[in-house]
Amino acid sequence: MSSNDKQIIQINNLNKWYGDFHALNNINLTVNEGEIVVICGPSGSGKSTLIRCINYLEKFQEGEIIVDGTSIADDVKKIRQVRSEVSMVFQHFNLFPHLTILDNLTLAPIWVHQNKKEDATERALALLDRVGIKDQAEKYPNQLSGGQQQRVAIARSLCTSPKIMLFDEPTSALDPEMISEVLDVMVELAKEGMTMVCVTHEMGFAKKVADSMIFMDEGQIIETNKPDEFFKNPESDRLKLFLNQILDK
Amino acid sequence: MATYELKNKKNPPISEIGVIKWLHENLFSSLFNSILTLFALYLLYLIIPPLADWLYFGAEFGNVTNDQCTREAACWTYIGKKINLYIYGFYPEEHYWRIHLTFALVAVFSFIPRLFKNNPHRFKLIAFLFISYPILAFYLLYGGIGLEVVETHKWGGLTLTIIIAAVGIVASFPIGILMALGRQSKMKVIRFFSVLYIEFIRGVPLITILFMASVVLPLFFSEGIDVDKLLRALIGITLFQAAYIAEVIRGGLQAIPRGQYEAADAMGLSFFQKTSLIILPQALKISIPNIVGSFISLFKDTTLVLIIGLFDMLAIVGLSTSDVNWLGRETEGYVFVAFVLWIILYSMSKYSKNIEKRYNTELDKEKL
Repeated sequence: MSSNDKQIIQINNLNKWYGDFHALNNINLTVNEGEIVVICGPSGSGKSTLIRCINYLEKFQEGEIIVDGTSIADDVKKIRQVRSEVSMVFQHFNLFPHLTILDNLTLAPIWVHQNKKEDATERALALLDRVGIKDQAEKYPNQLSGGQQQRVAIARSLCTSPKIMLFDEPTSALDPEMISEVLDVMVELAKEGMTMVCVTHEMGFAKKVADSMIFMDEGQIIETNKPDEFFKNPESDRLKLFLNQILDK
Repeated sequence: MATYELKNKKNPPISEIGVIKWLHENLFSSLFNSILTLFALYLLYLIIPPLADWLYFGAEFGNVTNDQCTREAACWTYIGKKINLYIYGFYPEEHYWRIHLTFALVAVFSFIPRLFKNNPHRFKLIAFLFISYPILAFYLLYGGIGLEVVETHKWGGLTLTIIIAAVGIVASFPIGILMALGRQSKMKVIRFFSVLYIEFIRGVPLITILFMASVVLPLFFSEGIDVDKLLRALIGITLFQAAYIAEVIRGGLQAIPRGQYEAADAMGLSFFQKTSLIILPQALKISIPNIVGSFISLFKDTTLVLIIGLFDMLAIVGLSTSDVNWLGRETEGYVFVAFVLWIILYSMSKYSKNIEKRYNTELDKEKL
C-alpha cells in the first residue's frame, strides 16, 4: 500500500537492558514512509519500550535507530531534531493541565518550530475542527472526557506536521464507549498516508488499516506479517496463543 | 400495573431547618458537646468583658500625658504619640514622603502591566519593571544623587519590617527555585551542592544565621570594607529563606507526573522550555499554599533582627519603654504590634487563597 519504499525508520540490532533485565533483545525493523505498523504482544513484552526508543524517551545501550536519515545518538541536538519530526500519542494523553486546549496545541509550533502565534492558532483550530472539538478550544483538559482528551492529544501531535506518529496504547485508558471516537480519527490519519507506528490491542483497527503486523514477546520480535496472514495463519505457538486470548474476548 | 397521583410537597420538620438545626448539629449534638459548649460560653463570659473594657470601654484615647492616663486600661494616647516611631523608625520626618512614594510605586508598577494586556512586549515590560523597582526603591529610601542620604541605621519600625520581609521574599524565591531544580538535577555535582546547602541551612536556626551574618561575615571581607548591617541581615535572611522555599518547591516538583516530562520531551522542547513552560508553572501552583505559609513564617521571623541591633516594629516597643515620658506602656505597644502583624499576615493568607483559586485549572468537571 505504501506509495514509495523510502525507509523512514531503520532499527538495527537494538538492545536495551533495565539493570539485569534484557528489555529489548536484538531488534531489527524498518518502516517505510506512509506505512502503518501495528505492534502487539502481551504486557511486559517490550512493545512500548521499543516505540519509546524511537524518539529517545528511553535510552538504549546497543544498536542504532535511524529516523529520516538522522541516527539518534547521545547528542541533544540530534535528539531534538528527531523529536521535532516524530510525535507521540500517549496512553494517558499527557495533556498539560495548566494550559487551555488551544495553548496545548500551539506550544510546540511556537516554541520548537518558531511559528508565528497567529499561524499556529489558525492551524490548531483547523485541527481541532478536524477531530471534532473546535468548540472546546478555550477549555482546560480536565474539563473534557477521556475520549475528547485523547483526540486533543492527537491534534496536538499533528500540529507540528510530523513525518511519523507513534501511538503508545492510545485507547487503553479509555472507557469502552469512547474508544471508537479515537480510533476513527486514527483510521482517517492512516488513510491520509501518515507513517504510523501503533502499539495497540485494537485488532479491529489493525485489520482495517495496518500494512504490517509485529508480534513481540520477552523483548523480541517473534513474528511479522501482512495483517491477513498474521491473523489467519499465525506461525508461532505464542502468537496463536496470544491471538486466541485476545480475540476470544 | 399501577399509577400514582403526584403528592404535594411538604416542608421538612422544624428540627431540620434554620437556626435550630444549626444549634443542634454544631453545639448540642451530644451531652458531652453540650457541656463543652456551656463551658466555652462561661470562659468567654470570663474573658471578653474585662478584655473589651481594657481595649476600648475603659481605655484612654484623648490628648493626655502618661500620668493623667489610666493604669486600669489601655492608654492608646501613647500609640498615637509614638505612631511615627512605630511606622517610620528614626527616618527623618521631612523625608517620610520618600517612604510613601516607595510603597505607592508598588501599586503603580503592579498596575501598569494591566494596561498592556494584549501587547506582545508585555513580558519584557514586566521584566523591566521588576528589575527597575528595587533600584528605584533603594534610591528613594537611601538617597544619593540629588536626594539627602538617610543611613540604614535610621530605618526602622514597620517600614523596616516590610523592607526586610519583602527583600527576603523576592530575593529568596529565584534562589529557592534554582536550588529545588538543582536538587532534582541529573548532574551529581549540582545535586550534591544543592543538597548540602539546603540541609546545612535547614539544620541551623535563623538566629544563628543572623549572628553569623552580623559577626562572622565581616571577617571574610578585607579590612576597610564595611558591609552595611542591614545588608548583612538581608543576605542572611535571603539565604535562610531560599533553603525553605527550595524544599517547598521540591514537593511541588515531585507531584508532577512523569508523563508531563515525557510529553514535553517528545515535543522536542529544550530543557529550559520544558522547565519554565510545563514543569515549574504546575509545580509552583501546587506549592502556593506552602510557599505563602513559608513567607508568613519569614515575616514573623524578621522580628529576630532586633538581636543584631536593627529596630523593626517589635524592637521599637522595647525602645520606647526607655522614654521617661511614657514609662510602663509596653503592653499597649505589644498589643498594637501584634494587631498590625496580624492584619498583614491574615491578608497574605487570604491573598494566597485567592491566587490558588485563580490558577486552579485542574478542577473536576463536576465542580465547573
